[in-house]
Amino acid sequence: MTILISSETTFIVQGITGREAVNLTRENLDYGARIVGGVTPGRAGRDIYGVPVYDCVRDAVERHGPIQGSIVSVPPGFTRDAVFEALENGIEIIVIVTENIPRKEVAQMVELANLRGARIIGPNCLGIISPGEAKMGGVGGPAANTKQAYTKGNIGVMSRSGGMTTEIASTLTAAGLGQSTCVSIGGDAIVGTTYAELMPLFEADPETHAIAIYSEPGGRMEAELAEWVKANDSRLPIVAFMAGRFMDEMKGMRFGHAGTIVEGKEDTTAEKIARMEASGISVAERIEEIPELIRKRLSEAK
Amino acid sequence: MRFYEYESKALFERRGLPLGRSRLAHDADGARAAAAEIGAVVLKSQVLSGGRMKAGAVKFADTPDEAASHFETILPIEVNGQKARSVLVEEKTPIAQEYFVSVTWDGRAKKPVVLFSDMGGIDIEEVAEKHPEHVSKTHFSTILPITPRIAKEAVGAVGVTGGELNRLTPIVFELMQLFLDFDLTLAEINPLARLEDGRFIVLDGHVDMEAEARGKHKALLEELGIGEDETRQARPPTSFEIAGRKVNEADHRGVAGNVVEFDGDLGLVIGAGGGSLTLFDAVRNQGGRPANYCEIGGNPSVKKACELTKLILAKPGVEKIAVMMNVVSNTRVDIVARGVIKGCIESGRDPAEVIAIFRIPGAWEDEGFKILAKYGVEYCDRSVSMYDAAGRAVAKMGAQS
Repeated sequence: MTILISSETTFIVQGITGREAVNLTRENLDYGARIVGGVTPGRAGRDIYGVPVYDCVRDAVERHGPIQGSIVSVPPGFTRDAVFEALENGIEIIVIVTENIPRKEVAQMVELANLRGARIIGPNCLGIISPGEAKMGGVGGPAANTKQAYTKGNIGVMSRSGGMTTEIASTLTAAGLGQSTCVSIGGDAIVGTTYAELMPLFEADPETHAIAIYSEPGGRMEAELAEWVKANDSRLPIVAFMAGRFMDEMKGMRFGHAGTIVEGKEDTTAEKIARMEASGISVAERIEEIPELIRKRLSEAK
Repeated sequence: MRFYEYESKALFERRGLPLGRSRLAHDADGARAAAAEIGAVVLKSQVLSGGRMKAGAVKFADTPDEAASHFETILPIEVNGQKARSVLVEEKTPIAQEYFVSVTWDGRAKKPVVLFSDMGGIDIEEVAEKHPEHVSKTHFSTILPITPRIAKEAVGAVGVTGGELNRLTPIVFELMQLFLDFDLTLAEINPLARLEDGRFIVLDGHVDMEAEARGKHKALLEELGIGEDETRQARPPTSFEIAGRKVNEADHRGVAGNVVEFDGDLGLVIGAGGGSLTLFDAVRNQGGRPANYCEIGGNPSVKKACELTKLILAKPGVEKIAVMMNVVSNTRVDIVARGVIKGCIESGRDPAEVIAIFRIPGAWEDEGFKILAKYGVEYCDRSVSMYDAAGRAVAKMGAQS
């Protein structure tokens, strides 16, 4: 079993004729994705690697029947409209690749998704992969590179950084630990789905035995995760890696993702590490410690 | 992007929020003239930081001469490392009670939230801790129409009623609208004062606009005189950082050039977002002295990687550079390799000598490693961790000094 997507998931790519989207379509098709269509207004009738292009999401749905997912890769000024269009045409899972979207628009997309019972991953993310089953988004890059870094197994991965999703998976793979589903949740201050919101899905997935997360300064997402873990007596051991420890000394400076800025006490890495450890989450000093910490936690749990 | 108090108030004024009379003074004569016009005044340093009162950068003056003298005292005071730009000379008003109102984002609820308190003027976190019944938290929608009843509920929740409730509601409601209309990340009035005659006045306030939304509000920013080079972060950008941004903006392919300056000897060409944070920690933990922070990613062009390399190598004190990323998905290893080698050569440096380590595994790595081998540059693949790659670079610096 996987979470969020499976080998059966059908999806479209909005903005499919853009440079990045064309690459992404190729990479996802090569990995076995079921991309049924693409949308770019005014480009109906074309195709991208055999994927038909439509003007509207509605036209794709009329032609292909209900579609489960969409990857949104359009410029920031057009993203909200594209996501609303997907939501109003019955799309249930939306991966937003685009970055630099103002928070208000992200909040609007999330609010409508909640009203429609849909889920958003991102923005500013590389998407979802269930190794050996399916991927949706740029995660892992070309199919051959994806297969090198990601292998099927029992570790769930969640990361605010797209690149670090692959670094962690690659480290797990090298250590003989495959992954169930890896989710690049995005680096913005407001994201469609947080660590804590993914936990119930991993918790319900018998194939997932442990979780690895990449974490960084800014925001309350780690506090939320720590609370969830405590409140729900989670069966899953979690190992976290915390980057950006130097930022604790540099309040008010923005580094990296839009969500990465230390404004208050709760945003610091020291505070986050303390909270996570208090809830039973192990915190790794280096990426390469993650596999052994996971093995240790799994053997303790038995 | 934080606004100065006087800019925040200019925005408030556009929306009819009640303000005291004020003038912005750039010199002592300006302060004197303002006080002569207004009467009893308060002089407030215009800095991008809280804690002005504690730093002695707020003073009261009853006469024009006193105002001029206070101006000279206040202007040179740095508040939390921030220099004052000017001094706001504002009407001194008799206050009956102070309130607090703030609109910000709640990243967990993924909605904006109004915080309201009838105990303003002091640290709101302290009030929330000691007197939670005096702070209300009210979330509101970004897609359903917002109406004054949300503001009324926020005010009423702390027990305010009567005429006060009805006078506060429109002020809070206006702040909520302002927050949404201008893509703000913070719109705060503290204190919001009730005067002895019953009127309400915004005594102090500040707003933050989301950097991503600057492009949408160009007209407003221009009107307020906020230049495009003003990042309004904890410190102003250095010329090195401004040059880095120009490298990044020179072409639209990928990211390379969002640099932050440090004073070390090891230049860093690192990426991507999370990878840069990880690698910067790794360099520092092993005793390295970074000359800069930066981020590359999204498949930057050869030219961009080259220009960034040249910029870093030209920085005084930089001995070597380390080129490192996490396993990359959409950045081509060979393109970065070509860019940094070209940058070294165009700087008149030998890539083999100046590149301490190249650790970028991922797409097109074989092609990249071939080029690096040809120039004798030390490189490694994913079997060497990010931490150990950083350690190798740091070790080379040690050997040199």
